[in-house]
Amino acid sequence: MKSFLAKRLGLSVLTVGLAAIIVFFMTRVLPGDVARQSLGRQASPEDVAAFNTLYGLDKPLFTQLINWVKDLLSGDLGVSMSTSRPVSETLIPALGYSARLAGVAFLLIVPLSIAGGILAAMYRGKKLDRAITVGGLSAAVIPEFVWAVILLLLFGVVFRIFPISAMPDEGTGGFLQSIWHLLLPSIALLLVLFGYIARITRAGVIEALDSDYMRTAVLKGYSRRKAVVKHVLRNAMLPTIAVVASQVPYLVGGLVAVEMVFNYRGFGTILLTAVGGRDYAVLQSGVILTSVVIVSFQLIADILFAVLNPRIRQRISE
Amino acid sequence: MSVTNTEISDKSNAERLQIRKERFALLRSNKAFIIGVSILGFWVLCAIFGKYVTPFKADDQNYEFVSAPPNGTYWFGTDPNGQDVFSRVIIGSRLILVMSFAATIIGTIAGTSIGLITGYFKGWFDTIVMRLLEAISAIPAIIIALLAIAAIEGSSPTITVLIIAFVFTPNIARTVRAAVLAEAEFEYVAAARLRTERTPHILFKEILPNVMPPIIVEFTVRLGYAIFAIATLSFLGAGVEYGSPNWGTQISENWAQIFNNQWWPTAFPAIAIASLAVSVNLISDGLLEVFEI
Repeated sequence: MKSFLAKRLGLSVLTVGLAAIIVFFMTRVLPGDVARQSLGRQASPEDVAAFNTLYGLDKPLFTQLINWVKDLLSGDLGVSMSTSRPVSETLIPALGYSARLAGVAFLLIVPLSIAGGILAAMYRGKKLDRAITVGGLSAAVIPEFVWAVILLLLFGVVFRIFPISAMPDEGTGGFLQSIWHLLLPSIALLLVLFGYIARITRAGVIEALDSDYMRTAVLKGYSRRKAVVKHVLRNAMLPTIAVVASQVPYLVGGLVAVEMVFNYRGFGTILLTAVGGRDYAVLQSGVILTSVVIVSFQLIADILFAVLNPRIRQRISE
Repeated sequence: MSVTNTEISDKSNAERLQIRKERFALLRSNKAFIIGVSILGFWVLCAIFGKYVTPFKADDQNYEFVSAPPNGTYWFGTDPNGQDVFSRVIIGSRLILVMSFAATIIGTIAGTSIGLITGYFKGWFDTIVMRLLEAISAIPAIIIALLAIAAIEGSSPTITVLIIAFVFTPNIARTVRAAVLAEAEFEYVAAARLRTERTPHILFKEILPNVMPPIIVEFTVRLGYAIFAIATLSFLGAGVEYGSPNWGTQISENWAQIFNNQWWPTAFPAIAIASLAVSVNLISDGLLEVFEI
């Protein structure tokens, strides 16, 4: 088990490291001058030189990369190129907000999608199955911002059920109030992710229902319900965990547009502002933190997968 | 020897034709697939001929009808610039269709080539490429695209297309690689090697035709994602010109009007995006069923 953990952890670190290198070179090597884009086209050569010295852009590329990685490892996210304030001042609270939205969305998405998948499998080939699989996947291919705008129009403006902003007004409401404000944006994210997860859960449940051990369980005298709970769910959960982990990047990517529509001060909004202002310091650190979050989730999923799957558990304990 | 070879290939060609016929018949009886093809066909027609048939030009403005609700002259109403929403929705199909098809074609060619090579040669090259691809997919596609659009001076639809193609390459490469790994075990590949065929011939003439089904399905799945990504990027104001007739841009310019109960400049392009995305999904779903992957 130890060597399995070490290997998986090593691979995760390698992935984040490679992602850091890719992000770094995308901002530095692609055609486009960082200083000119930040300062504007009319900037004098002296201003450009001063800007380059300030942000270490006059050093060789490789040195810049090493310095950036060193800073990141010591917890220093750099200094914003547009506000000259530490990046962490805005990015860390924004990540907190996004984590709250993603958390509410996650708590909505995972149980509902799994329930949908189980229902579809139990009613295989019936109308409910078609509705869940075809409807779910059709909803999933419509971009989050389209859902966000439609939901906002229907439930925020026409029927006035939900608030139109994901942020409660300053100083009002408590924890429950803030969850209430996050529900509509979470539904937009749910609609995009439900179909994929439900479909995989359905496939897992069907495979388990058709398996020999299920037949054995029924022959042993288990009721169908007991057999499903005891055998099917556990086995169907394995592919579900894998697909949930694989959807995390899409959830994170979806936050950008959803936060914009619901006027939410999360990291997506920060990234968008940084794109507009060509603030590479914020962009680089923001994107790397995203990949750390995503890779961590994949690592957790891999470990869960191994712990739950007797075959893999046995192989790695040997 | 050569005679036997032609015989074998003739027979397999006939078989292939037969399989193709059966698949085609299956597709024609698949209701969801037919609906998908019809909707996509409608938008393709709009993209090609739209400009000639719409009642107004995309940038015609009528200041006497600003933000007018749907009516007899302006079927989908007008936006705050006095532009006809209906005409802009019809004409707006062009940019998103051209961009998403171009991005998917480029990504599929690049991904297929990488997948064929890594799956066939395996070894260290395969390991390195797969690690790099994994690192790229550890960052959400939309965020990579935003980063690249910010980094490249003067973003344009062409650059956006190239970026989307780049972001999709890993997924396609992975699908093709998995198919090639299985395919390379078959005897016909070993036979081709014994005939001392050149590697490009083995890759593109022997293996490629046999891994086409997963590539076709992957192409349609990616096309759906390309529509998703390009619409989202244009909504976020990246990669296309402000004010151009384009669904994502239309929504981003007008959605704040929904708070004034002016839903039409937003709702119609939103429905257009949804219908296009769903049509492509129905097509890939139908293909997936027929190819039994």
